[in-house]
This record gives sequence, structure tokens and C-alpha cells, in this order.
Amino acid sequence: MSEITPDLVRHLGVLARIQLSDEEVERLTGQLDVIVDNIAKVSEVATPEVPATSHPIRLHNVFRPDVAGDMLTVEQVLQNAPDAADGRFRVTAILGEEQ
Amino acid sequence: MSDLTRLTAADLADKLAAGEVSSVEATQAHLDRIAAVDGDVHAFLHVSDHALDVAADIDRRRSAGEQLGGLAGVPLAIKDVLVTTDMPSTSGSRILEGYMSPYDATVVARARAAGLVPLGKTNMDEFAMGSSTEHSAYGPTHNPWDLDRIPGGSGGGSAAAVAAFEAPIALGSDTGGSIRQPAHVTGTVGMKPTYGGVSRFGAIALASSLDQVGPVSRTVLDSALLHDVIGGHDPHDSTSLTDAWPSFAAAAREGASGEVLKGLRVGVIAELPDSGFQPGVSASFRAALAAMEAAGAEIVEVSAPHFEYGVAAYYLILPAEASSNLAKFDSVRFGMRVNVPGGTVEDVMAATRDAGFGDEVKRRVILGTYALSAGYYDAYYGSAQKVRTLIQRDFDEAFAQVDVIATPSAPTTAFKIGEKVDDPIQMYLNDVTTIPVNLAGVPGISIPSGLAEEDGLPVGIQFIAPAREDARLYRVGAAVETLLVDRWGGPLLDRAPVLGGTR
Amino acid sequence: MAKDKLLEFDKALELYEPVLGFEVHVELNTATKMFSSAGNPANSANHEAGPNTLVAPVDMGLPGSLPVVNETAVRYSISLGLALGCSIAPSSRFARKNYFYPDLGKNYQISQYDEPIAFEGSVEIELGDGTLVTVPIERAHMEEDAGKLTHVGGSTGRIQGAEYSLVDYNRAGVPLVEIVTKPIFGAEHRAPEIAKAYVAAIRDIVISLGISEARMERGNLRCDANVSLRPRGQEKLGTRTETKNVNSMRSVERAVRYEIQRQAAILAAGGTITQETRHWHEDTGTTSPGRPKSDADDYRYFPEPDLLPVEPSLALIEELRAALPEPPVVRHRRLKGEWGFTDLEFQDVVNGGLLAEVEQTVAAGAAPAAARKWWTGEISRVANAQGVEASSLVEPQAVAAVQKLVDAGTLTDKLARQVLEGVIAGEGTPQEVVDARGLAVVSDDGALIAAIDDALAAQPDVLAKIRDGKVQAAGAVIGAVMKAMRGQADAARVRELVLERAGS
Ligand SMILES: [Mg+2]
Ligand SMILES: [Zn+2]
Repeated sequence: MSEITPDLVRHLGVLARIQLSDEEVERLTGQLDVIVDNIAKVSEVATPEVPATSHPIRLHNVFRPDVAGDMLTVEQVLQNAPDAADGRFRVTAILGEEQ
Repeated sequence: MSDLTRLTAADLADKLAAGEVSSVEATQAHLDRIAAVDGDVHAFLHVSDHALDVAADIDRRRSAGEQLGGLAGVPLAIKDVLVTTDMPSTSGSRILEGYMSPYDATVVARARAAGLVPLGKTNMDEFAMGSSTEHSAYGPTHNPWDLDRIPGGSGGGSAAAVAAFEAPIALGSDTGGSIRQPAHVTGTVGMKPTYGGVSRFGAIALASSLDQVGPVSRTVLDSALLHDVIGGHDPHDSTSLTDAWPSFAAAAREGASGEVLKGLRVGVIAELPDSGFQPGVSASFRAALAAMEAAGAEIVEVSAPHFEYGVAAYYLILPAEASSNLAKFDSVRFGMRVNVPGGTVEDVMAATRDAGFGDEVKRRVILGTYALSAGYYDAYYGSAQKVRTLIQRDFDEAFAQVDVIATPSAPTTAFKIGEKVDDPIQMYLNDVTTIPVNLAGVPGISIPSGLAEEDGLPVGIQFIAPAREDARLYRVGAAVETLLVDRWGGPLLDRAPVLGGTR
Repeated sequence: MAKDKLLEFDKALELYEPVLGFEVHVELNTATKMFSSAGNPANSANHEAGPNTLVAPVDMGLPGSLPVVNETAVRYSISLGLALGCSIAPSSRFARKNYFYPDLGKNYQISQYDEPIAFEGSVEIELGDGTLVTVPIERAHMEEDAGKLTHVGGSTGRIQGAEYSLVDYNRAGVPLVEIVTKPIFGAEHRAPEIAKAYVAAIRDIVISLGISEARMERGNLRCDANVSLRPRGQEKLGTRTETKNVNSMRSVERAVRYEIQRQAAILAAGGTITQETRHWHEDTGTTSPGRPKSDADDYRYFPEPDLLPVEPSLALIEELRAALPEPPVVRHRRLKGEWGFTDLEFQDVVNGGLLAEVEQTVAAGAAPAAARKWWTGEISRVANAQGVEASSLVEPQAVAAVQKLVDAGTLTDKLARQVLEGVIAGEGTPQEVVDARGLAVVSDDGALIAAIDDALAAQPDVLAKIRDGKVQAAGAVIGAVMKAMRGQADAARVRELVLERAGS
């Protein structure tokens, strides 16, 4: 059995910025427990000598020349803004810390 | 003129080029068809209000003697995962309701440049998470073969649109089978190109290392024609391959002669047991193989011992990448915002994401957050990436022995809407044969193999080729298509029930 | 906020050994951003850009957008890595650092995590008295900057108590190189001085590489200072604090000193240090606690699937290595010789973090001695009074222009100081200030002679003394003339003319 608990799910909700109701936490705990039990089997074959593949077709040194282009107008930037002022996006107060 | 909707894109393009029909006529015919049947099918989330203007412009340019692309004037349906400047792009999610992109996806820009006429945006599981299109925030799409059944997913809208003759061709995206599995359950053709073969720029990302845009159609040639338009290097996508690709349409035309089947070595995976598959699906698969064998193909058993870990690896890699890709939907720059009186911006973000995401999205985002979190990374995400290596090795070994691999495209025919929606594990197993293809980055195509005996619903056969061998799939796919359509005495979709005014 | 107790610095050093560490972020001055072709606000071409005018889709995380790596930023990063004596990784890659913050368009920062482009190096820095100290470098990695938040409402414009915040994504995606040191041992009572000298050395390096404008007041160079103390004789490192975004060399020195004294007071009283980030307050010269390190700092790093590994060829690395400027210490020795400065004069420049400024002023045509006097004298005095970096006040080219006016006799030293004051106040170029303030030396002999004759007539006793050969008496007349000319006369010429008029 996996170690999915309601507290863990609640913590994951904080990390993922999704405000989960108690009912959602409960449901997700049960479902994730089953899912994780089913997918944990990857570790059976993932032995240390097997390298990880992060890109299916491995390329390297894909670069862009340092030449300007592709810029949006301010109107385009703000086109879908839920709220804006002074050419900037407006959000409600932030009480956390800058990172 | 409603028979214009029954034409393949290739045939319609020929008539357009010959001046036998105009793009306005063809576009109007499809808009009429949408008006007639989409109330039942619900393949479209948005129908363009200026498709006829675009069509008229193509007609003008053609009559002015301008040299146009081969598919110029042919209508095209676009999966809502692709951003468009002239229509909303929601990816099937409430959180992006009404979102207007300031730029076009590369594939859309290329389709426009080639003179294709965008008809509208097609329905999909929210953020492409699902195999049934039931997870769309805007209601499910219905399978034209049986409106009580799912059209597959996530690209159920694009598949249903071409199956219901609402569009001759469509764009889809395939992260774990979202083009091929809908093709399977709707009796259509769907191709997942080699990873990097088609630009992802402007495709709203689900899982970046798995996503690939591709064509959806009723014939192999039509997919090839569309692939020729959208494919090729795009400097906006770092993972885009710089290969010079051959003409896929030429490959499909060459394959249609059937010669390619002579001596073709077709691999069948030993580890895929019949037991997990609906009997009618297995039977259709075996019948298609027998037909190929009769036409000169050699059926070879190959081993892929790590395929059984594919679904597990996929359900770690996909949620992990998705949890990060979907973080941008936070109410600050675009999309839904839920105001929280007296709340901080963090509260607003959390409330918006709670209200804006559906259950399946939340489930996968939370799962992905878990898979990446400190302390679990190695066991889950890291291990899943290793499984990817093992599956690639399985493919390498198999392709040392065979030219293509064949599998059923999915384990069952279309199931009833609502039947599996509350059982994520059952839902996830739908993609057992398509997922390894995405994990390895190789191309895969699904074409109709027939109808299942027990329910009369379509079944697809999937062919898989080594990376960069997309042309081989068009060659083989067209050959098998010709072979089977001859046996059936006409396209499979001719046997689908008549739609319109039935509800 | 409760006032921190501080232990006297020498006492603190007697009891504890300070261990330092620095994370310096350098904004590269490429034409475009790290992952998009939007103009880079850290390049001087874009300083005047209005909010959200330098934004490409990926900078604001638009759906469907993708990053593509800027080749020049990679070259600059490799050059910087080499200048820091680092090895360049044959293969390095980008990762996503996931956390939600409104200035982060995608809600993840593309950075490098387990495979940085440069690692294991060292920088030799020179202290005020010429002592050389080697600072070990752990790594230098490429990443992108975040956007800018402006907090509106409340009393202070600070984050606490603000009513709302405004977000500008111009800075989002600016190419950064983050340079991380290893723990620096043995700094002892020179810890604050080493901190300042280290930042000055990094600044000199990036300026001589030409890869950053390195203006600390603009945030082109930002320093996070880690400080921990351990009791004398103890092996185990103490708990460290990380003081964020200390944005002048002077402040780095002060912040390190403050943290040593603050932590020592806590430890000496039997307390424990909380591992946390702290904020530096320029106005009060103090630090205050920020966010405590916690389990919530789970950045869920994973390899960036939208980007491919960076695998520079040996040929490229050697090409960039061959083009490196000389190391700071070698450069110091060369410049000291070229300029003919005494040890003391040169240390003054280095300690003030003014090497690049003096060099650029000399390059613009001023004599080394004059350039030094301006930067370590008048400009530093104003900078100290205003609590800012001298380099932020005036461009080296303007200083050289002022000196040119002095050399041409258009300005006296005193007038030149006034011109510089005008330039610093933003009144324009030196010539514009001269014109607007009417500060040029009166070189019209006619006007001077008239004033001299008036003064001699008013002081007949002085005239008599001069005629008697008591030339020093002329001073009183010269003073009166200078006063009448409101200082805008060349005193030497006035003297000449006084003696001439008195003799006739
Ligand atoms: Mg809820
Ligand atoms: Zn950093």
C-alpha cells in the first residue's frame, strides 16, 4: 500500500495551488492511493544502471540567434487580463514573500 | 450539394483545383452538415463565423490564377488544444473560457498559409486528459456510430467531426493515444507523427515530452496530405526535428498499390495477451493480419517485455509534466479569476484553480505534484523515465527484426458515456497499446480494421514504425486500407448510421 | 519590529568564526531574453521601455508558448564560467523550478539544477591592503529573471499592507547567471571587507567581459549573502541566514557585519539561529527576518522537457577561453603600473569598487590622476551622502568631459565641481550644465581689467605695497576681483593682470 493520506493530499493541494474541499481531499486520497499502487511498479525495473530518458528524441545545442522579434504589443499582452491598470496586470495584495 | 461532405479531402481538393466546386460551396456544405448533426454529436465547441469569407478569398485567389497549395479551399476542423487568433482556444477547460490567443499555433498558421479553411474548434477532454471526451468542461461529444457512446479521447471532437462528415480532415494532438484511440472507436484514421516531426508551438501543453500534433481523417491519403502541410522544422519549438521529410502523400499513394505488403515483416507483440482485449477487437485484429499475410506480409512475433510498465510510467510522467505546464493557469494574466473577498493573491489562485479545473485535471495535477515532490522523485518520476529507456530498447530490438509493429489500437470498442468516468484506472487502461509509442517518441497510425462482431462498432489497427519512418506508416497504412476496403466493398464509414433529425 | 541586539564586532570575532557564502545573480546584456526574442531590458537599448512592452508569449506564460535558448547568452555564460576558473560541463541541462508567484509568468522558473553549465572554480580577490584572498566557486548556472511587482496602497509601498500589486513582465526572462560560492572559511575580521571585495571582483569581471552592464542600482548585479557563525574550535558549521538582494557593494559589507554581530549576540546569550532568509534595509542598516525555510520549499525540480541539453564543443570553449580578459589581480597590477598610482592611491580606487569607472574615464580621455580624484573624491562623497553607489551617479564619459573642460581652462576645479553636481542632478551633459548655469571661466581680459582697476582704486594702500615690491599683498585685490567675478575667473590670470596693472 502507498502512503497517501488526507494530510499529504492537503499539502499537495497547497503546493499545486488548488483549494481542495474536505470532500475532495477524501475522494482524492482514496483514488490516488489506488493509482499510486498501480503505478509504483515502475521501480521494479528501474535499476540503477538504466539511464533516464527525458526526451524521446535526444537533440542538443538547439539555440536561437540573439536577434529581436516575436514581441507582443501591450494591447496583446493585456488582451485577456482579468484585471489591469497602468499597462500592468493587477492582482490582489500579496502577503507572502518574494522568492 | 450535401454529397460534398462525403468526399475525401483529396477528392475535394481535386474538384476545387479543377474548378468543379468552389471553396465557398464546400465550406457551406460542411457548415450545413454541422448545423444538421452537431446538435447530436457535439463535435464542435466553436464554429467559425468567417469560414465562408476565408473560402471566398481562396476562390478569388484561385480564379485570379494564384498558385495555391494542394489542399487550398478544403475545410479543416481544429482541436481546441491549438491556439487560434480568430476563435477562442479553451483546451476544453472552463478556466480558459473565451480565451483569445494573440498568435496562431504553427500548425494552424501553416494550414492557413496552405489555404485550408478553418471551420471551427473541436471538443476534447479538458487539457487533453482523458480517453472519452467526457472530461470536457463543455459537455461530452457523442460517437456518430452510436450517440450513447464515447468518441474516444482526448480528441473525440476531431474524430467525431470527420466520422460524422462535418469536416473532411481535422487536427488532433496525441499524448498517449488521443489521436489514435478516437480513430479506433469512430472508424477513422489518425496519425501520431514522430516526436518533433510536427511543431508543438501553440499546442496548449499537456505533457511536453509526449505531446505531438497530427492529422485526423477518413483516409490514409488525407492524413498524409495534411501531415505534409503541418509538418517540418519550426524554430519556435526546440524539440522540433530539422529532418528533410519526404512527401507523405506520395508515400500513401505509393502504398495504395498494395505492393508494399509483399515481404513486409510485421511484428506482433508477444506480451500483449488476448485476455485484456474485447473478443471482437482481437478477432478484427487477427483478421486484418491474416489479410495482410495473404497479401504477402510476414507476421513475426516480437518481444516487448517492458510494454506492461508503459501505462504506469505514463501516469507518472504525464501528470508530473502536466502539473507544471498547467501552473500558468493562475488567474493573473488570462483566463478565469475567482475573487476571494479579503483574500491574498494566493487565495485567489487556489480558488480559481479549484473552480476552473475539472475533477480529472485536479486528480492528475495532484498526482503529478506528488510524483515530483522531494523524497518521491527517484522512486516515481525518475523510475518512469528509466522505463522510457527500457521501452525504447524494446522497440529498437523489435525493429531489428521487423519493418512495422501491429497492435489493436485500443482494447475495446466505444463504451457507453458514463460507464467508466468514475473509474480512473479502467479509463487509463484504454491507452495500453498507444502509450508506449508516445513514451518512445516513435510514429503510430490507426486505421479501421473492421467492426467488432458482438457490437458492430468500429475497431482500429495500429501500426508503429521506428522514429523518423512516418512515411513507412503511410505506405503500409494505405496498402492495408486498400486491401480492407476492397474486402468490405466500400469504406467502413458507409456502414455508420445516418445522422440528422434523429433526436 | 523589535530591535536586534548586537554584539560588538571584535567580541563577536573573539568568540565565533564567521563562514561566508554568496549567491550573485548577473543579468546579461544580450539583445534579447534567455528564452524568447523579446528585447532585453537589461540591455541599455531598452532602458526606457514602458511596462509590458518587452514581452513575447513565453515570457508571460501564454498557452502554447515554448522557450528557445539564446545562443549569445550561452556563450556569455561559458565565458563567465571560464573567467571564474570553472570547468565547463560537457553536457548541462535546464530544469524547471516550480513555485507559484505572480511575477513568474509560467509559475516555474527555468533554471539549471543538477547539471549547471560551469562548476568548480575560484576567484582571486584583492583586499584594500593588497592581500590576496581566493574565493572558491561551487557553480555558475544559467536561468531566467522574474517580472517586476509594484505594491500599491498602504503606507509604505512595501509588500505588507499593500492594497494591490501591479505586474510588469518586461524583466521576466532576462538572462541570468547565478554564481554560487562554496563556504568561505578563514575570513575572520575581514569578512565584511571580503564580502565587498568579492562583489567588486565579480562586477569587474563581468564588465571586462562586456556581458553585463553590472549596474547594481538597476539590479543588473544582485547579491545574496550567507552568513553563519561557529564557536571557536567547533568543526560543525553553524546555522546560516541568507540576506537577500543586497544591492550595493557598500551594503554587502554592512549587511555581513550586521549579521555577524546579530548572530553573535543571539549565540552568546545561549540562543539559536533560525535558518531563514533575511531582508536588508538600506535606510536603517539592519536586516529583518523573511520567510523561514520550511517543507513548503518543495520546488519539484525536473528536467525541462521543452529544452535540450547544452553541449558546448571543446573548440567553442577554447575560442572563448582565448578571448578572456586578464584575471582581476593581473589587471590590477597592469592598471596600477599604467596609471602610475601609489599603492595607497590604487587601493583607494579598488576599495571604492571604482576600478571600472576610473578605467572607463581614462579611456574617455581623462588623465588617470584626474579620473581617480573625481571618482574617489567628489563623486564618492556625494554617493556616501546619498547612500548610493558612486557608479550610479554619473557616466564615466561625463566625468571625462568635465575634466576636458578643466584642462582647456574653461573651468576651474571649483567650477568643475559645480558642473558635476549639475550633471549628477540630471541637468544634462557637462556642456549643457555649463551653458545653463553660466559657469564658464571669464576669459575676456577686458572684463577682468575693469574689475582689477576698480579694486586697485578702492584699495590704494594695497597698490602702494605692490609697487613697493610686496607682491604677496596682491592677494587682497585678487580676492576682491574673484568675488566680483562670482568665482568664474582663472585666479592665475587675474594675478598676472593685477601685477601688470599695478606696475603700469
Ligand atoms: Mg472544490
Ligand atoms: Zn537564482
